[in-house]
Amino acid sequence: MTQSVLTSTGASPPLPEGLQGIVADWSSDQRAFKKVPWGKAMMWIFLLSDTFIFTCFLTSYMTVRMSTTVPWPNPSEVFALTIAGHHIPLILIAIMTFILISSSGTMAMAVKFGYEKNKKMCSILLVVTAFFGASFVGMQAFEWTKLIVEEGVRPWGNPMGAPQFGASFFMITGFHGFHVSVGVIFLIITAIKVLRGDLDRQRPGFMTGRKGNYEIVEIMGLYWHFVDLVWVFIFAFFYLW
Amino acid sequence: MAHVEGQQHPISVYLWIWGLLFVLSAFSYLVDYFGFQGYLRWSLILVFMLMKAGLIVAVFMHMRWERLALMYAILVPPLCLLVLISLMAVEGDYTFVTRASSFGQGSGVPVEHPYRPHGAG
Repeated sequence: MTQSVLTSTGASPPLPEGLQGIVADWSSDQRAFKKVPWGKAMMWIFLLSDTFIFTCFLTSYMTVRMSTTVPWPNPSEVFALTIAGHHIPLILIAIMTFILISSSGTMAMAVKFGYEKNKKMCSILLVVTAFFGASFVGMQAFEWTKLIVEEGVRPWGNPMGAPQFGASFFMITGFHGFHVSVGVIFLIITAIKVLRGDLDRQRPGFMTGRKGNYEIVEIMGLYWHFVDLVWVFIFAFFYLW
Repeated sequence: MAHVEGQQHPISVYLWIWGLLFVLSAFSYLVDYFGFQGYLRWSLILVFMLMKAGLIVAVFMHMRWERLALMYAILVPPLCLLVLISLMAVEGDYTFVTRASSFGQGSGVPVEHPYRPHGAG
């Protein structure tokens, strides 16, 4: 490379793009993921492993649904609600979907305001995201209660059809709801860190000596968008299929 | 120490994607509301699902602005899962056929193929 002279601003020489860039990044004998903070690359690796876990759940659901000779309960009917005398199919799930998408929107904007060091807007948007997430979990609790108490769905059987319905439902939505709950807790922690200026003062975070900075908001965002992403697949395969 | 750049994009990008995700979700819901069945239903569900997933990963998770090394490291491994899904689809179909031929006839259990869960299409 001829452009090895560093400028006074400390800017690195331009990195090669395209396939040549992949080879250069991986063979650079340094860290492979350039221009990405260490924590962000690790969050991506974690999300990759989480993708495999959720796909295993959804694949096992597909297998039991394909192999059962008993009719599968119609999710459109099972999750219908009667509101003000109108019988609306799948309405609660639709509301939950819109809430989670809205939380993704506010999260994305929180990341933007974080990098602008706009503490107020960033923490407000994080708290709004956490609020949406908590209301999502609340609606899920309502849905579970209705299914268990009123419809008699159990992991080993239900009155509507194939007994595998309950096991698949509780496993998949339960694991997703757990992810949302953990996300809400960490959103609140991140909002507090932003609001009291930890990230401006580079105060080290929880269980680490690394200096705090606004990258943690983006890393938090990656996790939260992933939770939304998983819901997109659950909505399509479990509720709509 | 390498200089690390944050992801800085205009807020209109996020608002646009947010709106698109809302519209696509509404379309997904309408597929169920209008009760489309058969291949039309499944292809519409899959198309809307993949569009939403793509928008979330590409824009909200900033993947389209990352370097190819990270993109490929994260997006290529999940393709292995397609192999798992295909294998389990073959397995599930085999189990269904075996159950139907062994327990289905005259046992009082209604046999309905799971590909047509709503009894139509």
